Order: sequence, then structure tokens, then C-alpha cells
Amino acid sequence: MTQQPLVSVRDLRIGAVTDAGRKVEIIKGLDFDIHPGEIVALIGESGSGKTTTALSLMGHCRPGCAITGGSIRVGRHDVAAMSESARAHLRGTEVSYVPQSAAAAFNPSKRIMEQVIEITDIHGLMPKAEAEKKAVELFRALALPHPDTIGTRYPHQVSGGQLQRLAAAMALIGDPELVIFDEPTTALDVTTQIEVLKAFKSVMAAGGIAGVYVSHDLAVVAQVADRIIVLKGGEIQEEGGTEDILHRPAHPYTKALLAAFEPVPHVPATRDKAPNEAPILQVEHLFAGYGAVRKGEPDVKILKDVNFRIERGKNLGVIGESGSGKSTLARAVAGILPAYRGAMKFDGAELRPDLQSRSKDQLRRCQMVFQLADTALNPAQSIEAILSRPLAFYHGLSGRAKAARVAELLDMVHLPAAMRHRLPGELSGGQKQRINLARALAAEPELILCDEITSALDTVVAAAILDLLKELQSELGLSYMFISHDLSTVEAICDEVLVMLKGEVVEQLPAARMAADAQHPYSRLLISSVPQLDTGWLAGLDRAG
Amino acid sequence: MPRSLTFYILIAQRLGIAAVTLVIVSFAVFFATELLPGDVAQVLLGQAATEEAVAGLRQAMGLDEPAIWRFLSWLGGLATGDFGMSYVSNIPVAELISDRLSNSLRLAAVTTAISVPLALALGIGAAMWQGSLFDRAVSILTISVISVPEFMVATLAVLIFAVWLNWLPALSYGAEAGSFGAMLKAYAMPVITLGFVVSAQMIRMTRAAVIETINTPYVEMALLKGASRRRMVLGHALPNALGPIANAVALSLSYLVGGVIIVETIFNYPGVAKLMVDAVSTRDLPLIQSCAMIFCVSYLLLITIADLTAILSNPRLRR
Repeated sequence: MTQQPLVSVRDLRIGAVTDAGRKVEIIKGLDFDIHPGEIVALIGESGSGKTTTALSLMGHCRPGCAITGGSIRVGRHDVAAMSESARAHLRGTEVSYVPQSAAAAFNPSKRIMEQVIEITDIHGLMPKAEAEKKAVELFRALALPHPDTIGTRYPHQVSGGQLQRLAAAMALIGDPELVIFDEPTTALDVTTQIEVLKAFKSVMAAGGIAGVYVSHDLAVVAQVADRIIVLKGGEIQEEGGTEDILHRPAHPYTKALLAAFEPVPHVPATRDKAPNEAPILQVEHLFAGYGAVRKGEPDVKILKDVNFRIERGKNLGVIGESGSGKSTLARAVAGILPAYRGAMKFDGAELRPDLQSRSKDQLRRCQMVFQLADTALNPAQSIEAILSRPLAFYHGLSGRAKAARVAELLDMVHLPAAMRHRLPGELSGGQKQRINLARALAAEPELILCDEITSALDTVVAAAILDLLKELQSELGLSYMFISHDLSTVEAICDEVLVMLKGEVVEQLPAARMAADAQHPYSRLLISSVPQLDTGWLAGLDRAG
Repeated sequence: MPRSLTFYILIAQRLGIAAVTLVIVSFAVFFATELLPGDVAQVLLGQAATEEAVAGLRQAMGLDEPAIWRFLSWLGGLATGDFGMSYVSNIPVAELISDRLSNSLRLAAVTTAISVPLALALGIGAAMWQGSLFDRAVSILTISVISVPEFMVATLAVLIFAVWLNWLPALSYGAEAGSFGAMLKAYAMPVITLGFVVSAQMIRMTRAAVIETINTPYVEMALLKGASRRRMVLGHALPNALGPIANAVALSLSYLVGGVIIVETIFNYPGVAKLMVDAVSTRDLPLIQSCAMIFCVSYLLLITIADLTAILSNPRLRR
């Protein structure tokens, strides 16, 4: 390309100081260019340095980090060498930022319009009335509903997908030459993600704006990026055109990333079924909700007439958008949120709705694993203490027997026994999720309720957790109720799938034939919304945004 | 600004809680003073009094009626502005208190007027330039002030300003101060002592509350929009820290209520606290109870105002 690149990064090095005061280099000499109007994706797992690199283009480093070497040229400026106040002039006007979670990036106490046009006020770009007019035009271009009035609302009054598009409007108001997208659709449902991606793509193309798209999701990147840079451990592993990376990956790490997308066919666990064996869990006409209970019904009703059964040794997937009642269902089955109507049977015996009236044995046989191991594990307790608690509670173990069992549990989830002395904060995300799982296994359950247990993990790490779940199932004869918004994860481990919408089950499908058998329009919408590793997928969708 | 229904319900709830707390507190105050050792009639008449004389006085003062009946009539009196008669001086309590209360309120008002703006400015400033020399100096100063009890601060102030430097009088007769200069002199030391103790906590809590909001993604977003440090802190962080700051201010100011007892005693300042301390030594129950109620009510008032501020500053309750 003869054209002068918009951004040139040469030998970029960023260092960080750990809590212990040790200095580490997290970005180890990056070189890349971005041409005007080009969208470049930075892809990699968490800790690969992709967000750090993207933020450095604005001269910003998160607390504890600092640019230690190299140059970052954006337009006519060397961002690395500029003073903080000079960088402030650049931000919003030449380079702007679309955050990962717009819900967190909007100030809750200010109206949306005030925040969207703040850049024009900070940099004195245009009068307020003109800025508001421009914002409304952007709202319209981003296909936001009620473009004329949406700005008068507060951030908590609009949906997540709308906020993400409003964040894009906020980034574009100052006519930047480069926009940094930091995993902007990761927190969204697949159906919403499509609308947001389409809106981003059309606005960027219309303005000829260059972009940096940070993501861990290759399928999403395939829809928007012209070029992909694969990062790992702060170094570039591979760089190339989107088609090349997707179809002719050269580096083993890129291949591993792509392999994680390959559908893994689920092999149902085979076991001899005893005659007249009761299903492990049977749920009939279940209703549950939150809030004050009046006349036996809660104020906010979530689950409506849910029916399903899980056979022993089989896995049931539950899919649906956020707010569809997936987690509520798990909480109702676990007894944390007592159902107000309906019946549950566990292994043929009645399962009472609330925890207090269930027998200790029933509690033991049905365990729950929560989504965020970070919040589910007590940060002040050692791994040994965390795993010992259910051992003492359910099995009355103590002393040497307990210690031996802790070692056994750690071995089951493929962690070294020495890890029992550590605190949760000293473990990686994947390791923490394994401990979370080991704690459930400590009770020796028959049914495990898994609530989005892989959604906070990187693709490769999540795939390893799924393998572990399968292995444990064949060893211990477990059954799983697997809640996820990620269809491919559900496909990889489940026999049957419940599709939920607004608290109701719209359809129950065999997991292996989900795409083929889905009849309900919502199931079909959900299945067709999963991004494919195909650059033409988004453009080929003939659906009104 | 239009408000949602939830907003009004929350306000009503908070005021209801305050009213209920007030009744419980009056109950506690009344019966706690009942439990004070010593018999008023005995104290009034002295050791030499005969059994009959003491019994007669008890009957005359109504002390032999059931406690709950006396509580209810006392509560009724409070509600209608009748604080009862002082046992010792036989003057209406309201009359005894009114002068002293205005003195105490003046002391509290002057302290508040000086310490709140100062503390907020220092706290926000320390948060804005977190880790700077200014921040560290403020931190060290506040910690040293917090760790020194106020009677120590008061004694030190007397030692330095009254004894060594001879700038200020060691005792305050605020009510009698004639000229503005004299008044300033009379107030200086009690205000310095109270202000020191009260602002230290406020500075620390304000700094912590602002820093917590500075570390949120929306403040980072403001930084990435090119906002100055000032705009980030004052425009984005501060509005969201108002709730915790209001509570910190209320808590610190409520400390005025307790701190005032020591300060008024040390500087011999003619306020309510001094009155109460004197009342305890003479077993003047109606006076003690009224003073205690005044302290409790002011405490409750401050906390309620802080909670209402927190509710008002919550954007989720706006429409």
C-alpha cells in the first residue's frame, strides 16, 4: 500500500508493576500499522495484552502500567512521547473509544445526551444545539429507537444493546479518525449482538473511519475486520487479512483458537438403565418469581409453567437471552428461590420448593456451580478450607480423611494437590472455576446445576472445562443441567435443550438436531444469530435489524 | 425534577422510621435516667432529712406514681413544648435550656460552617491529586488528628494559644462577648478543637468515597473523552459520591453533639452540654432528660437529612 498509514506502532513496550512490587513487561515489542478507513482486529485470550495495546493508542495505560518503550504514531502525533494534557486534546477528537460494557461506562447520574455530546463541550468543537442535532443524526444512523428523545433518558432506562450503540454515538460525535472498540458486544445477547454489529459496520463504512476491534471472538471479528492481529502473552503471533487467518492459519496458536470453534459432537453417556428407573429430576408446572408474596403469588413472576425431566446420566441444556429466566430456573430447582407453584421430583421422591424443608441427603445430591468463581469463592479462605466445608457438612469428615479427600478432589479436576494451600486470588480464572466445580463434587452429588460456568472464560480454557465435565460424567455417572447463552457450548455437552423466552419454555429439542428440528420462531432466531466463521455471514442475514 | 412514586414512598418510609426511632429513643432516655443511682428527694433534702420529709417531697414531686404513667405524661409534655420543672432550681426546664441551646447551636453552626467546606475541599482535593505530596500531607494530618482525643487537642490548644502565646483567653464566655473581635477570640479555641476532630473523619471519608467513584469505568470513559482531571472528579465522580459523602458529613457532625460535652466543659462554655453535666451532678432528672433528648433529636435529624440526600442523589429514582 502506497498510502501513508494512519497509525504506526513500532517496538511498543508496556510494563506493569505487580502488587508484590515486581516489574513485568506485558507488551513485548509490538509493530503494526493501521491504514485510513481500515478496521484491524486485535484478538487473543484474556491477559494477551489486546486491551492494553488498544488503550495505548490513546496514550492511556490502566493504573500500574506504563509505556516503557517504542513509539505510537497516530496521525501527526507520537502519542508515547506526548504529555498527558496534549494527549487529552487527542482523545475524543482524533481517537475515540467504545467500551466493553457501556452499562458501566455511562455515568448513572447524568442524562444520556449530556454524556454523548460531552466530547464537543470538552474540546469546544461546536455549540450545544448543533452537537445535539448531530447526536440525533448519529442515533438515527445507528438504528436506535426514538432517536429524538432517547437522549433525555438516564442510562438505566435503556437496554444494554441500545447503550452499546449510544456509546458508539458518543465515540463518533467528535469525528475521530480512529475508533477503538473494546469487546463492545461481549456482554450482549446473540440476537442483540447482530443489530449492534450491523449498526457499527454501516456507520464506520459510511464515515470511512479506521477502527481497532478488540475481541476474543473470532466469529464476531470475521464480520467486521479487514485484517486480524493475533496476540498472545504481549507478542504478535500472526498477522494477516481476515480471510487468510480464518482459512489459512499459519501459527499453532491461531489454529488452536480456530479449533475451539469446531463443533464437538456430544457422545451421550451410555449406561445400563435399571428397569422402572425414575428420572433424576422431574419438574411439572413450575412457577417462580421474586418480590413480596401476596395471596401466594410473588409480585414479579418469572417462571411460568415450566415442565421438563432429566434422565439419570443425561444432560439438559437451558438456553435463552438474558432475562429469559434461565438462572431463575436453576435457583428454583436448587431451592434458593422457592417455587410458589408446581411440583418437583428428585429420583422419584418429592423435592420440596424451599431449602429448609429438604432433607440433608437431597441437598447433597443436587449441587449448584455458579457463573463467577470470583464471587462464589471466599477470597479469604484457602482452597483446602473451601473444599473442606462441604466434606465436613455432608460427610462428617475430619483430620486425615478430610485432607486425603481434598487431595482426591483436586486430582479429579486436574489440579496439583499443592494448590490446597493457596487463596482463590492466586489462581487463574480457569483454575478458580475448577475449584468451584470441585466444591460441588465434594458433596458427591448426582445432579449438578451449572449456571453459565464457562461464559466468563476464554474459548480455549472453556473447552478444557467442558472436557473435564464430560470426563467426570463418565467416571461418576453425573447428570448436568447446563445453563448457557452460548449455543455451541450447550451443543457440545447436552443431550436435550430447553429454549426459554420470558420465563416460559418455548421448545424442547434434541441438542444434536437443534438447527434442523427447531420449529418455534424464537428458537430459529436464536440459532441463526450465532456468528459463524464466515466473513459474509452478517451481510448475508436477511433480517431487519 | 419529576420523581417516581417509589421515590415518595422511600422518603415517607425514611421519615416514618425517624419518627419511630424518636419514640424508642425517648423511652430509652426516660428509663435510663430513672436508673441513675440516688434518690432525688434524698439529694435535695440532704443527708439529715427525716424519712417523712423525704416521702412527703417524693409525693409532692409525683415521684411515687408508676414509671410508665410518668413517662407518658413526660412524652405528652415534650410534644406540647412543656419540658417540666427543674427539680433543683424550680424554673421551667425550657427557660433554663433556651439560652444555653442557642449558645451551643451557635458553636455548632460556626464549627460546621468552617469545617464542612474545608473538609470537603481537602477531601476532594486529596482524591483529585491522589498519591501527590498534598494528598500524603492531608492523610498524615488527618490520621494524627483522629488518633488524638479531643480533650488532648483542647488542652494542647489552651497550652499553646492561651498559656505560651497568650493570644486567646483560656475560657470562653461566648454569650457575653461584646465586639466582633472579642467574639472571634472567645469562639476561636472551642471551634478549632471541635473543627479539628470533626473534619478529620470527614476528610478521610470524602477522599475514600471520591476515590472509589474515580476508579469506575465511567470516569475512565471521561478520561478517554479527553476530560481534564478537574472535570473527571467534579463532573463525573463527585455527583455519584454525594450519598456516601452526605452520610460521612452527618456522622461527623453528629460527633459535634458528643464532642461538645468535653469541649464545653474544658473551655467552660455556657452551652447545653455544660448544663447537662451540671444537671447530672445535682440529679436534676427533667433537665437531664431534656438535654439528652435534644442531643438525640439533633443526631437523628442529621442522619435523616443524610439519608434523604442519598435518596435524592440516586438517579435511579428520577424519571
